Amino acid sequence: MLKYILKRLLMALGTLWVIATLTFFLMHALPNDPFTDPKLKPEVKQALRVKYGLDKPLSEQYIIYMKNIAKGDLGTSIKYPGRSVSDMIKQSFPKSFALGWRALIIAVVFGIFFGVVAALNHQKFLDYLSIIIAIIGVSIPSIILGPILAYLFGVQLGWFPVTVDKTQWSLILPSITLALSSLATISRLMRTTTLEVLGQDYISTAKSKGLSRYQIVWKHVLRNAIMPVITVLGPLFAALITGSIVVEKIFAVAGLGEYFVSTITEQDYPMIMGITIFYAALIILSILIVDIIYGFIDPRLRIAGKGGK
Amino acid sequence: MKKILEVKNLEVSFDTYAGEVQAVRDLSFDLYEGETLAIVGESGSGKSVTAKSLMRLNPEPPVKYKGGQILFNGNNILEYKEKEMQKIRGNQIGMIFQDPMTSLNPTITVGKQIMEGLKKHQKIKGAAAKEAALKMLKMVQIPNPEQRFHEYPHQFSGGMRQRAMIAIALVCNPQILIADEPTTALDVTIQAQILDLMKDLQNKIKTSIILITHDLGVVAHSAQRIIVMYGGKVVESGTTDEIFYHSKHPYTWGLLKSVPRLDISKENGRLDSIEGTPPDLLVPPKGCPFADRCEHAMEICRKQMPPQFKTGENQYSACWLNHELAPKVENPVETTKKSPTQGGAKSL
Repeated sequence: MLKYILKRLLMALGTLWVIATLTFFLMHALPNDPFTDPKLKPEVKQALRVKYGLDKPLSEQYIIYMKNIAKGDLGTSIKYPGRSVSDMIKQSFPKSFALGWRALIIAVVFGIFFGVVAALNHQKFLDYLSIIIAIIGVSIPSIILGPILAYLFGVQLGWFPVTVDKTQWSLILPSITLALSSLATISRLMRTTTLEVLGQDYISTAKSKGLSRYQIVWKHVLRNAIMPVITVLGPLFAALITGSIVVEKIFAVAGLGEYFVSTITEQDYPMIMGITIFYAALIILSILIVDIIYGFIDPRLRIAGKGGK
Repeated sequence: MKKILEVKNLEVSFDTYAGEVQAVRDLSFDLYEGETLAIVGESGSGKSVTAKSLMRLNPEPPVKYKGGQILFNGNNILEYKEKEMQKIRGNQIGMIFQDPMTSLNPTITVGKQIMEGLKKHQKIKGAAAKEAALKMLKMVQIPNPEQRFHEYPHQFSGGMRQRAMIAIALVCNPQILIADEPTTALDVTIQAQILDLMKDLQNKIKTSIILITHDLGVVAHSAQRIIVMYGGKVVESGTTDEIFYHSKHPYTWGLLKSVPRLDISKENGRLDSIEGTPPDLLVPPKGCPFADRCEHAMEICRKQMPPQFKTGENQYSACWLNHELAPKVENPVETTKKSPTQGGAKSL
């Protein structure tokens, strides 16, 4: 298992390098550079370019940059002079993360629950109800859902604050907004896989042992039906963390999502690189974690990982 | 011998979009203590539905038990509630299924799957349950039971998995073991091992076996009595000898003739088969279900259901040819003195 994880980590480093390289050259292939303000005198622009090393040939810039990130130095922002990229990530990411993991838990717990309930009541009222909720969930974008929730529960009922402050309470609305589409996706997936597992022969075996319906679902259905859901958790987590841009705007969260967009329009080279590498690392890591969890749940993979035949 | 199971005039049907499929029609048979009863028939004859009905494993709906009784130790289980059925399933009636590759849960160790029934029915837990499960693994002749106990189904071969299934079905010492095509998915050398094992265990724990199969070789190997089903009905029943050597029903003749034999060479070198297809059970025929495929069919066959004629000491045949006014037709099946298994009877 350890060998497997080490191998995966090594592969992750390779992937990161490819992503960083691609982003670097794509970014420089964009027309203009960070200093496009027409008010700037050409001499000043030139001085700035020299200061940030942009006057050097691209290949040289690339080598310098790669050397720096190998040392763990992501550079300093051009737009916000004097602030290092890693500091800005450190400051704003926890706010996005706070939303992201809450949304993930909401999506997973309720998604699985609704999916299983729907499957167990196949073609009955609860099944149709969950299908309707799921369709609404996927089709309403967070840019509409967010304000609706904020207005309803924040302004009208006054149960929750409409913007995120330091309290846990204020994170509920944005987390739900962020979670809903993933929740719907998970519940659809869970419904399908549960129905599939319910039709398996080993469920007949479990029934023939005299187990009750509850015992069959709990011991025999869930663990098998949950596998495909676990598979999508990695990408889903990444989507929740990065997908928070809109939600962060609506609920005034000073998270990383906003920088993700603004740095590109501003062509803040070090920030673009820093955030891209950071997100890429995050996604690779979450997929790796999911793979490891998968091995624990599915014994067939666990034994293969040990090198057994 | 004591009767432990009596099926009386059982009617089972499925509700489908196309209408009501009458899968089992007016089915009656008895099962005695310690015997092996084979239910034989082609696909769609209702044999598996019958087997599942005995444990009420058919999903209800769409399956409906429209009439008749299933008396288990004198009690009609068709009147039982789900909770009461759960006490019987796995405890007094065990079942093994056709495909051992898919009948075991891939995410639970084999040991745990064997212990489940014990925990549920006999309230045995922990070390005692493990001990009982290990004993079962030994009984079904799985080598290294201590190690195998902790392994998952994918680490078992097909034959080993079927052994594990037998262990699961028999762990609570049930009075009846229902084996629904237990050897169909296994290769021929393993088939014989599994059948021998079932026979051996039957002697040890005194259980009755209902063997559902389409394979006459399997039947000859293990059953004392045979029921031949066709179109949801019993067409002939009797002891293994009576059915194999003195059958009085053209459908049984067809089945026996279509078994490949090494001792009898066919003139045209081809294997016999029964022409035609089974009846549509959405609209079951009024008369004999086999009449359309039967070369001896008479006018009455299509008009009226033949009664069960007594044709031997324990033999009943539902065919008008056995009526005293019917023309005499000879059993066309060539039989040798050898038992059909030695003759090379293997499968249909």
